[in-house]
Amino acid sequence: MTAPSPARGAICIRDAVKIHGTDSAGVAAVESCSFDVAAGEICMIVGPSGCGKTTLLNAIAGFHGLEGGSIHLDGRLLCGPGQPKAPIGPDRIVVFQNGALFPWKTNLENVAFGPIVQGRLGRKAALEKARGLMAEAGLRGCEDNYPGETSSGVRRRVEIVRALMNEPVVLLLDEPYRALDSLTKSVMHEALLDMYYRNRVTIIFITHDLEEAIFLGHRVVIMTSRPCRPKKLLEVDIPHPRDYAVVTSRRYRELVHETAEAVHEEALKAFDLGEREAAEGGRFAA
Amino acid sequence: MGLGVQPVGVVPAVTADTPAGAAPARPESTGGDRVIGHGGPARFLALQWLASPQPYLMLIGYALFLGSWYLSVEVLKLPRFAEMPGLTTVLREWVSTDPTYGLSIHTPIYYQHILVSLRRIAIAFVLATALGVPTGLLLGWSRRFRDYVFPIFEALRPIPILAWVPLAIIMFKGSETPVVFLTTLASFFATALNTMLGVRAIDRTHVLAAECLGASPWQVFRHVVVPAALPYIFTGLEISIGVAWFSLVAAEMVSGQFGLGYVINTSYTTVEYPNIVIGMLTLGVVGYATSAAVRLAGNRLMAWRKRDLALVGGG
Repeated sequence: MTAPSPARGAICIRDAVKIHGTDSAGVAAVESCSFDVAAGEICMIVGPSGCGKTTLLNAIAGFHGLEGGSIHLDGRLLCGPGQPKAPIGPDRIVVFQNGALFPWKTNLENVAFGPIVQGRLGRKAALEKARGLMAEAGLRGCEDNYPGETSSGVRRRVEIVRALMNEPVVLLLDEPYRALDSLTKSVMHEALLDMYYRNRVTIIFITHDLEEAIFLGHRVVIMTSRPCRPKKLLEVDIPHPRDYAVVTSRRYRELVHETAEAVHEEALKAFDLGEREAAEGGRFAA
Repeated sequence: MGLGVQPVGVVPAVTADTPAGAAPARPESTGGDRVIGHGGPARFLALQWLASPQPYLMLIGYALFLGSWYLSVEVLKLPRFAEMPGLTTVLREWVSTDPTYGLSIHTPIYYQHILVSLRRIAIAFVLATALGVPTGLLLGWSRRFRDYVFPIFEALRPIPILAWVPLAIIMFKGSETPVVFLTTLASFFATALNTMLGVRAIDRTHVLAAECLGASPWQVFRHVVVPAALPYIFTGLEISIGVAWFSLVAAEMVSGQFGLGYVINTSYTTVEYPNIVIGMLTLGVVGYATSAAVRLAGNRLMAWRKRDLALVGGG
């Protein structure tokens, strides 16, 4: 249960710019966006749909580059001048919005996939380790099922275990619980925290659910609607470890109140922007 | 058990294109964390199939079809069917120990025709798969390869196989090679096209996820692209084997000295009309069996998919 505060996983984003489309007809998805994420922190990014949060996350993951600015991980340049695109690698693992378990592999094979393809572990050792991690995460009994046979809640947990299996430095979660009902969501939140307390990795978690953000995060970064940049930084001064009782606490409600207005304001802006663009013929594609 | 009743309406729809007693939807598996056994006991599935309306509807369908054949030719004697062999004539000839026209299930020559056709199908199907799947994978995966090859591919594909017959006969000597060539050609296009579509339809997040987890391009290809395309590939193979029979018969009617297509064609010229129908019915049975074999192989390879579908059907 000892969880030493990690020395790795600090992310530093400076003046990031990302433009979708061609230079002349481009739409800035991210602009002059700067903030830091401390090693081992759960950093929640909240913003209206389509504001460019995912774009930022994908730049950290290395799925695409930036038009300006830089991203550093533990002082090492991931992406910026001289390095157009961060290398994709198992030190930063994305858990996708709609889930990306391989449906043709069993849950256990999915979890063991990383170390096997990286050649870090033999097949047998990897499967053994995967079995252990799944058991720790309360996923015993569904190892040999295919993802399609398990509930969406289990699939999300398996996917996070699949990521942790690689001992990543940073976990990038892109609205992983978006499609879940609120009851399942609350179970997922506790399961995520539980996994986090055992493996203190840096977590960058995108959501548009403010309450989710405050419940989970050390810090909440509220983004402006497109172009995306931090509008407000909120330190969540509720001590970890947390459990679901937190949502009934006074401090939690205060923080939600304090922040709701800022979020709502951006949501309205994003909505107006969307209406305007729809009228113009929908230039912006997701 | 309220759920147990609900899928009844679903069963015929789900199993309509997977006969041979393929697993109907399993009503009790409505998601959750349940463990579902591989395959399930065959006896249970057979009983479930017998309890569903499907086999009886199938029998009624057959009875209606054969009945109208019998009525229109042998009872009503419609002028349109004056020359058409009747149901009873064909059946009697088919099972006769001493067939009038020399072809029945008791004559060795009948099986020789079937074997020759089957052998050609097997060679052509294996060739078409061995060439078509890699071509399709490349077409789907490599943009450059697609840019080179796909325009030609699309120009050649619509040319009916019958149009290839003269060229095939000129190019290949003998009677065997042109037939196999024509059969392979048609199958190849079906397999390659479906494989390509399968690769193109891959969920990109699966590729990104694999890259995130440290997979090399070759590992992505092997662990993501190929398995993800497999359902499409097998759809392609099922189409391909159907197309193979189609072009085989066309080719056998033009060239060749054995085979079911040859039987149908020569029986026409020698006015042995019941043999035409025997040849046709045999094609139906053998063709169906080969498609079923391909489907079975596909289900074996894609256990994950079958179980996925079973869940969807039940939920």
